[in-house]
Amino acid sequence: MVIHALAPSLTLHVLRFTTTRQSEEDEMPRVWKFGSDVDTDQIVPGRYAPYMTSEAELGKYPFIEARPEFAATVRPGDLIVAGRNFGCGSSREYAPKALQVVGVGAIIAQSFARIFFRNALNLGIPLFEADWTDEIVDGEEVTLDAEEGRLTTAHGVYALKPLPEFVRQIRREGSIVAYYRKYGRFPGEGEA
Amino acid sequence: MTQRQTLAECILSHAAGRAVSPGDLVVVPVDMAMAVDSIAPSVIAVLRGELGAHVREPRRAAIFIDHVAPAANVATADAQVGIRRFAAEEGIGQLFDVGRGVCHQVMIEEGLVRPGQIVLGSDSHSTSYGAIGAFGTGMGASDIALAWASGRTWLRVPETIRVRARGRFGPGVGAKDLALHVARTLGADGARYAAVEYLGLDDLPLADRQTLACMATELGAKVGLIPPTGRVATLFPPPAWLTVDADAPCARELEVDLASLPPLVAVPPAVDTVVEAGSLGDVRVNQVFLGTCTNGRLEDLQAAARLLRGRRVARGVRMIVVPASSRVLEAAVADGTLAALLEAGATIGTPGCGPCIGRHLGVLGAGEVCLSTGNRNFRGRMGSPEARIYLASPEVAAATAVAGRIVDPREMMSET
Repeated sequence: MVIHALAPSLTLHVLRFTTTRQSEEDEMPRVWKFGSDVDTDQIVPGRYAPYMTSEAELGKYPFIEARPEFAATVRPGDLIVAGRNFGCGSSREYAPKALQVVGVGAIIAQSFARIFFRNALNLGIPLFEADWTDEIVDGEEVTLDAEEGRLTTAHGVYALKPLPEFVRQIRREGSIVAYYRKYGRFPGEGEA
Repeated sequence: MTQRQTLAECILSHAAGRAVSPGDLVVVPVDMAMAVDSIAPSVIAVLRGELGAHVREPRRAAIFIDHVAPAANVATADAQVGIRRFAAEEGIGQLFDVGRGVCHQVMIEEGLVRPGQIVLGSDSHSTSYGAIGAFGTGMGASDIALAWASGRTWLRVPETIRVRARGRFGPGVGAKDLALHVARTLGADGARYAAVEYLGLDDLPLADRQTLACMATELGAKVGLIPPTGRVATLFPPPAWLTVDADAPCARELEVDLASLPPLVAVPPAVDTVVEAGSLGDVRVNQVFLGTCTNGRLEDLQAAARLLRGRRVARGVRMIVVPASSRVLEAAVADGTLAALLEAGATIGTPGCGPCIGRHLGVLGAGEVCLSTGNRNFRGRMGSPEARIYLASPEVAAATAVAGRIVDPREMMSET
């Protein structure tokens, strides 16, 4: 889902005219801010490995012990903003998958642990590395334009590095598995 | 190739069929891809459900029932039934069932990994295969399923961080202490995406190399490579094209004087907050766990037994020993190591991951403290989020079990 960036005041102005019972708060993605070294045991503890559970079940577990209100109140489109080394620890794909299932729109972190980054990339989750994450506040409302690489907040507009072509190709099909299923090869494979 | 290359660059260049540099994105053939019991159901779901594919080359696949072995409840038992059925349907002969042991240990025992190969595992400690100079790395279910279906994977060529070791370990100090020292020096993300290359360890035995390579993932590394030399090169002859250029350009270099290292301990909840074992004062423990892919080998059990002979595990301490494989267990039975551990008051679990991931065989309750020879001590790792896990060597583990608190094993060694 691409959320086109609008200047904050214009966004609020438009929303007042278009929303009825819902307040504008329900329209804008909120930020869930985390610190550094958020490990996969926090994101989804090992005892919730999806043996025979459905994807919907998986949506109950992100941060179930570390931050219980997350799974209960996260809305599709919300963003995770974090410090260094986000997703460190295990190679479990169900950690980023759980975040995808609850609709996390993107993850912006100072840095990512490699396996988590790779798994989330394969799943088509937009990931951005940025050094200004400290300036983003937990709970604040923002809009993200993943294609243009722009995060708009009430206190400024932040630039994001554009997603590489390899990642765009994956996202166009949804996931690397969907890409491979369609083309019988990996993105960029077989090209000169 | 005229450009100077690190070991990782050498391996990936060979796999890609052209000279590659850090940052390059390559698609390479995968020599072996393995899945463990806790992740295999997800891999199967992707392979069958999303790709509609089968395992292209069953001899390049392996499956291990090790993370929850034996099954701890009906859900895991049912999952394992499904895994066995899948292996039979796909013709995967390399299915290692309950009791054979931890994937990373068995892969090397069974010769399923060779120097210079690209080996993927559905477990982050797949860096362990770097112990014999294989490009071993952990990946998620989608990547493993794609490797099984296609025989290939995509990789970004990593930068290399070189660790140059000098000298020899002092008494009571070993590979785990070196690993913890590197962790505190680089930090838990200090080798993020990188290949860590260890030089100066030509005489280091295989078991110690496995400890070191296993821990590379805790630095954020993609691989942890040790060039095959000495006895390891005899057991696992490297191909002629696999060359080590000790002075090839790399991102960072670290020097370590092995003789200067003391026994170290990682303080929870991180692997890089490391202090000297003797400096912790009065940290009482409830459980000591000796095992895992990191330190569950015969040499580790023997090191612990040497300290435990003639001594007893302290009252109120549970010492749980889980050999990394059935071969380790059999050897420990044969040479008296197991008897020594049992006589001191330790108990034994089925070879496998044991309580390392908090599923069974030694889960921790609120407020408990465990000294583990494993590789990870995140909050909640072994059970209750209110438990605390300290990581250390088998020597520290044994001494701690006797003292009932975390101690420097050298105090006990001088009494022998």
